[in-house]
Amino acid sequence: MSLISKLKGLLGIGAKPANEEPKPAKSGQVGASEQEVEKVAEENAKPRIGYIHLSGCTGDIMSLSENYDILAELLTNMVDIVYGQTLADVWEMPEMDLALVEGSVCLQDEHSLHELMEVREKAAMVCAYGSCSATGCFTRYSRGGQQARPDHESFVPIADLIKVDCAIPGCPPSPEIIAKTVVALINGDMDYLQPMIDLAGMTEGCGCDLQKYVVNQALCIGCGTCAMACQTRAVSMTNGRPEVNGDRCVKCGICYVQCPRSWFPEEQIKKDLGL
Amino acid sequence: MVLGTYKEIVSARATDKQIQKVSQDGGIVTGLLAFALEEKIIEGAVVAGPTDEFWKPEPMVAMSADEIIAAAGTKYTFSPNVMMLKKAVRQYGIEKLGTVAIPCQTMGIRKMQSYPFGVRFLADKIKLLIGIYCMENFPYASLETFISEKMGVSMEMVEKMDIGKGKFWVYTQDEVLSIPLKETHGYEQSGCNVCLDYVAELGDVSTGSVGSPDGWSTVITRTDGGDSIFKQAVEAGAFETKDIANVKPGLDLLQKLSAQKKEKNQKTIDKRKEMGLPVPF
Repeated sequence: MSLISKLKGLLGIGAKPANEEPKPAKSGQVGASEQEVEKVAEENAKPRIGYIHLSGCTGDIMSLSENYDILAELLTNMVDIVYGQTLADVWEMPEMDLALVEGSVCLQDEHSLHELMEVREKAAMVCAYGSCSATGCFTRYSRGGQQARPDHESFVPIADLIKVDCAIPGCPPSPEIIAKTVVALINGDMDYLQPMIDLAGMTEGCGCDLQKYVVNQALCIGCGTCAMACQTRAVSMTNGRPEVNGDRCVKCGICYVQCPRSWFPEEQIKKDLGL
Repeated sequence: MVLGTYKEIVSARATDKQIQKVSQDGGIVTGLLAFALEEKIIEGAVVAGPTDEFWKPEPMVAMSADEIIAAAGTKYTFSPNVMMLKKAVRQYGIEKLGTVAIPCQTMGIRKMQSYPFGVRFLADKIKLLIGIYCMENFPYASLETFISEKMGVSMEMVEKMDIGKGKFWVYTQDEVLSIPLKETHGYEQSGCNVCLDYVAELGDVSTGSVGSPDGWSTVITRTDGGDSIFKQAVEAGAFETKDIANVKPGLDLLQKLSAQKKEKNQKTIDKRKEMGLPVPF
């Protein structure tokens, strides 16, 4: 069975894959280990992955490449990177099993709009990769009026324009979440991927989510996870509650995504801990 | 399971006299972190350290056994320890980190380890997570209110606080005061009322006084890592242990309290759902 139909099956688009039980993820492992990656790579067909770079700072792909020590084999030999400005010498966008889209999309940029529409047509699965693509992140602050294109003013998360299958927020996403996602994807571990699928619907993020959706909802317990997770050190804890410095917040959404009171993957955690 | 998945439950206390003197009960958290530090299982630990304000802790990175001992004892208010984990790794350069956490904090840490969306190179550095039993936690102003208003003692006079035998206890230099726990109800933070975890079910090791005699703690080992570190510590003589079956009040009480918390808070969860309020569990 081709990987593309497998992925479609897993996502409930198209035929259900026959005779293939999703393999359970190994227990007791916090990070995707080298052995795990190699084993996965050996057992599965090469997925065709494309990387589409819209309005982002390139930080997300830098984070992806930080996985080289554990994913070298996988990234170089076990997946086919079939498209990507810096990754493949290809002009025409080919068919892809998975497209990672970095960056939000600029409504004034014809080229970006065209590329985004094309990627939706050519990719079985589109992943909003990084917070700019998922929530708009820092580009939410854009008001145009800057060189080289003063008319480039309006940037929106890609899910505003196309159907997105999954999202990996982060500014940038950590190398580990990328490794874990790739391994889960190839393993068909849908339990692990479910939060990424759910997060495709989260197209806005802000430090004030903590106040609105946690503190205001009588859910905050003052654990400090949000302050730990914030990648710009915009969140501090005052009297056991998060306090957000709006000047530092980039609207990536990570504080709320990591909060144990926004969603809680109890089964996955127990599996990972061997409990 | 009402006590979560575990490997072993024993009653234990630290053998170190200095730790016995300052610890809340059996000195398990202090003793185990200090042991792990000495054995180089960890290079540092995030603990709830003292501040200028009485009984108002702040997360602190402890790099020596002395610093860990200085942070001994339970504080019944917030110390957002999770916040400090990243700092411990980035700014203190700690590669192997230990910490102590109440159940909700263990949830934040474990979620980050399973789904480190925006948290880079931290998940694998946490080598020892000691969970402590927790029924509820109090905002500092709540604590002040029932200690200084209800019990009539100012915070700086308090030498030790404790919860046990259905009461909230305050020890000063020459007095032992208590109020029934129900007098503290309504002063806890409301986020606690949807929590179903009393015994830190996601810790490597969990501990607390309940189930063991005075001066001892009940230790639950859960993960392979936690079980092995605790066993090493017992073998090295850092702790003495007793079979939990032979101590009073014993496991029944721990099970009873854990079941009570689950049952009571499940009702709050159900009620919230009826009202259309979000619940993560």
